[in-house]
Amino acid sequence: MKHTLTPQRYLILLVVVLTASFGDVLLSHGMSQVGPVSVHDLGLLLTALKNPWVMGGVVLLIGFFGSYLTALSWADLTFVLPSTAFSYVIVALLSRVWLHEHVSTYRWLGIVMIVCGVGFVANGPALTEHPQPVGETQ
Amino acid sequence: MTYAGPVETWTTIVAVAVTAVAGDVLTAGAMRRIGDLDEIRARSGLFGAIKAVTSSRMFLLGVLAMALSFFSLLFTLSKVDVSLAAPASASLTFIGNAAAAKIFLHENVDRRRWIAALFVCAGVILLSK
Repeated sequence: MKHTLTPQRYLILLVVVLTASFGDVLLSHGMSQVGPVSVHDLGLLLTALKNPWVMGGVVLLIGFFGSYLTALSWADLTFVLPSTAFSYVIVALLSRVWLHEHVSTYRWLGIVMIVCGVGFVANGPALTEHPQPVGETQ
Repeated sequence: MTYAGPVETWTTIVAVAVTAVAGDVLTAGAMRRIGDLDEIRARSGLFGAIKAVTSSRMFLLGVLAMALSFFSLLFTLSKVDVSLAAPASASLTFIGNAAAAKIFLHENVDRRRWIAALFVCAGVILLSK
């Protein structure tokens, strides 16, 4: 395994975390303005796209997918997934501060556990290096 | 309120996790085959990078699996409480990804990564409380 993440690549992991969490929170805020969607009125989902918060959330989630794929092109899946789980923490903090939702003691404990999990991988190697097959020397 | 019996509940939750793991592993495998996107973007521009990704059959299969996972989640949520379905499927997906990445992508999932997956898994369960 090698550990070759440059500051620019850590920045991309940060973009993955921020776009995922802010995208989810914007969608949640927008959908609370749109109101409940019934299975008999799925057309309301198209109307929801006219809401600027929902549209902002969709744009951020497209950015999330692009940066997530970029990260997967130079890091292991088992490195990227726990590293970017920090977005769960940001969503909980944003829901507390911005959406004024209640964050229980269990949730704070969950946040601490996720931070510990992220800490375990963030300092470790990012990519498994597979040995070159015999005869394929560069 | 939970509308499904235990067998149906856990079958639908496992279906969400299995399709999510398939989606993650297929997209990760596709990105590994395509190569470093930063280098491709520097060489062929943003549209070159987008073309390289979207012309990969493995990537498209991964997106299909992700879409299946999304619709399985919607189906599950119509029968099972979100407070059970969301954390259970997310946690199973984390553990399943670690195992599938070791088996199919030959990633070196060492003790550090298993512990990280278990911590995140437990954290997700606690967040739903």
